[in-house]
Amino acid sequence: MIILQRSIGVLLGLTAALVLPGISPARADVPEGEPPKVELVLDVSGSMRANDIGGRSRISVAQQAFGEVVDALPDETHLGIRVLGATYPGNDKKKGCQDTQQIVPVGPVDRVKAKNAIAGLRPTGFTPVGLALRAAAEDLGTGGTTRRIVLITDGEDTCAPPDPCDVARELAAQGIRLVIDTLGLAPDEKVRRQLVCIAAATGGTYTAAQSVEQLTDRLKQLVDRAKDTYTRTPAIVAGSGDCAKAPLLTPGVYTDRERFSEHRWYRVTVRPDQELRASVSIGLDRPLNRDYGVLLRAVAPDGRELVRGTDAGSGRTDVLSAGLRWSATEPDEALREEDDDEEDADDEDAPDPVLTVCLVVSNSFSAPGSVSAQAPGMPIELTIDVVERSPAPNSPGLGRGWLLLGVLTVAGLVTGLLAGWLTRWWVATWRENR
Amino acid sequence: MDRTRVSRSRMGRGLLRRAAPSILAVAASVLLPAVPATAAPTTPTPSPGAVTVTKAGTSFLTATAIGLGQPVKVPASLGDYLYWSFPGSAGETNEVAITVALPPGSSRHGAATWTVDVFDGLRRRQACTAGAQTPTAGPNDAQVTLGCRLRTVRPWAEPWSGDPLPGTYYVRLSVTDLPEEDLGLPVRVELLVSTIDDTDTPLEDGDLKAPLVPATEPGKVLTGATPDATPAPGASGRPELAAGEDDDDGWFDGWFEGWFDGFSSRWIWTSAGGVLAAIAGVVGFGLTRRPRRPVR
Repeated sequence: MIILQRSIGVLLGLTAALVLPGISPARADVPEGEPPKVELVLDVSGSMRANDIGGRSRISVAQQAFGEVVDALPDETHLGIRVLGATYPGNDKKKGCQDTQQIVPVGPVDRVKAKNAIAGLRPTGFTPVGLALRAAAEDLGTGGTTRRIVLITDGEDTCAPPDPCDVARELAAQGIRLVIDTLGLAPDEKVRRQLVCIAAATGGTYTAAQSVEQLTDRLKQLVDRAKDTYTRTPAIVAGSGDCAKAPLLTPGVYTDRERFSEHRWYRVTVRPDQELRASVSIGLDRPLNRDYGVLLRAVAPDGRELVRGTDAGSGRTDVLSAGLRWSATEPDEALREEDDDEEDADDEDAPDPVLTVCLVVSNSFSAPGSVSAQAPGMPIELTIDVVERSPAPNSPGLGRGWLLLGVLTVAGLVTGLLAGWLTRWWVATWRENR
Repeated sequence: MDRTRVSRSRMGRGLLRRAAPSILAVAASVLLPAVPATAAPTTPTPSPGAVTVTKAGTSFLTATAIGLGQPVKVPASLGDYLYWSFPGSAGETNEVAITVALPPGSSRHGAATWTVDVFDGLRRRQACTAGAQTPTAGPNDAQVTLGCRLRTVRPWAEPWSGDPLPGTYYVRLSVTDLPEEDLGLPVRVELLVSTIDDTDTPLEDGDLKAPLVPATEPGKVLTGATPDATPAPGASGRPELAAGEDDDDGWFDGWFEGWFDGFSSRWIWTSAGGVLAAIAGVVGFGLTRRPRRPVR
């Protein structure tokens, strides 16, 4: 019995080794020669003089935190620093609202130089947040990776328009993947609303800094995050209004924008031995009504629905996503693209027929009247994958499990006993009657 | 005649006495493996030697990859959306346990509702079968505990179903309802994803040819392309998933098509059962033989 159990254990172990391959989440390869880039945007307006963070002035706390961040900066990260309201001391709003300079250009950081530049800052002027964000986006340049801006401010924008929240949404819609994290130094409701709005519009975070340690730790975390979450930006695509004109997509990640109640169509080609996988996320980058939903459908070119993925929700969230899998079950003429190889339909060398599947993304978002419901639309992230299809399992007439072994063993034992008794009875009768 | 009957009944009794231990042993071998599974699941603990992760992603694409049993400790701000990803394989039942240390009640303005959402590799929402998925932290609570036990990962499911499959899983921690004034306050998050040993559920048949691991590379738009430009499978940066590898099995598979669906563990189980039955048959036959008496 022990030997039996052990051998069963070995068998099971072998089976498990066959069945459980290692799976690890895939990571995008970072493109060559493009370092992670992050720019700190610091408010040096007059209000930063206030002594309300543990008895120290806001600017001195920010300066200390910046110094520590520069010291702890990972070598490969390119850091830039931009200030706003640092030079113009006058009262002319027009001039004051142009007051933003880059004091450390985005690139490999000269630590001593950067710290000297930070130490020399004196709280001075206005707070042109929107303009500074636009300029910071320009400083970071274009490229194929995610860029981050960290905005540290204590006061609301005194130069609107442009409204900094609209600027953030507009920057995010330009295609370069830009994330703005915000840090508020003053517990003020208007500031908080504005910074939360800026962060939400770009998929960033908002933090209320209450002490030097907290500000420093958070800044370090955000700068590190620029390095860790440094992925290639998805390809930009513009879905069309119907299937026939829809862009043809290959496996990969895409971004697009979709307005309320808009339908966006895409096309994918799938061979009959392949499986289509698609997922979509819609970012909630503006204040919205409470309930919402997203629908992703795979549709044949003739309009038949093949499969759908859907999700709905209510309340506060960042993205709403849905996904689907689909593979052909049987030869489906309606999906086949018109290619004129009828004459050699039986030829084994003929290429596999290609099926075209249309994907349509729709949403049921709505917003209170004051929120701009139109351009730019809400950000969509679309993931397409085409893999080998997994046919339905089929092992007829075979069993599995401990109970099966038990039943078979007991049945064998009973059969053996019966056979033995019968044989003995037969032998005994035969002897007696001889 | 009488003598035979007596001897037969005596034989039967002796046989029972001798056969009983082996029958018991067979029964034990059948029942024993089920015993550990009935033990109550204990509180999840990090696997020994696992390195603590101190990061969290902020979107599906930037989710921080963690392993099962690997603890996570990360500082965050109230209102952040935090993402992690972990691998799930067939037959596993995974459980997510999260503890959030909240800022002191004096700096908060009311109750907050926390939510842990789990998504599969296709960003489809996964149901929690147990655990506090959306607890509400009162204004004076020092911490809030969240949990989500997932369904057991299936090795295969129809493309049209939403069942959990092997591949990447995403965990998202967020606050779904809170006083607006509390946004941005510091919190500390501890997370652990563990696997519950659940050996009494036999593994189902079938396997997923490619795990649900999402593509992460930017795609390419081929508007107006001809059918020849069909993307090769694996163009998503995973060449090991190239299709057509299994298509060249030749006549063998074609011949057995329909009733022989390749090798599966069922062949081992069934064959082992046959062998056991044969052995048990021989043993049973042997037990009925008259004990050998010394020949005069």
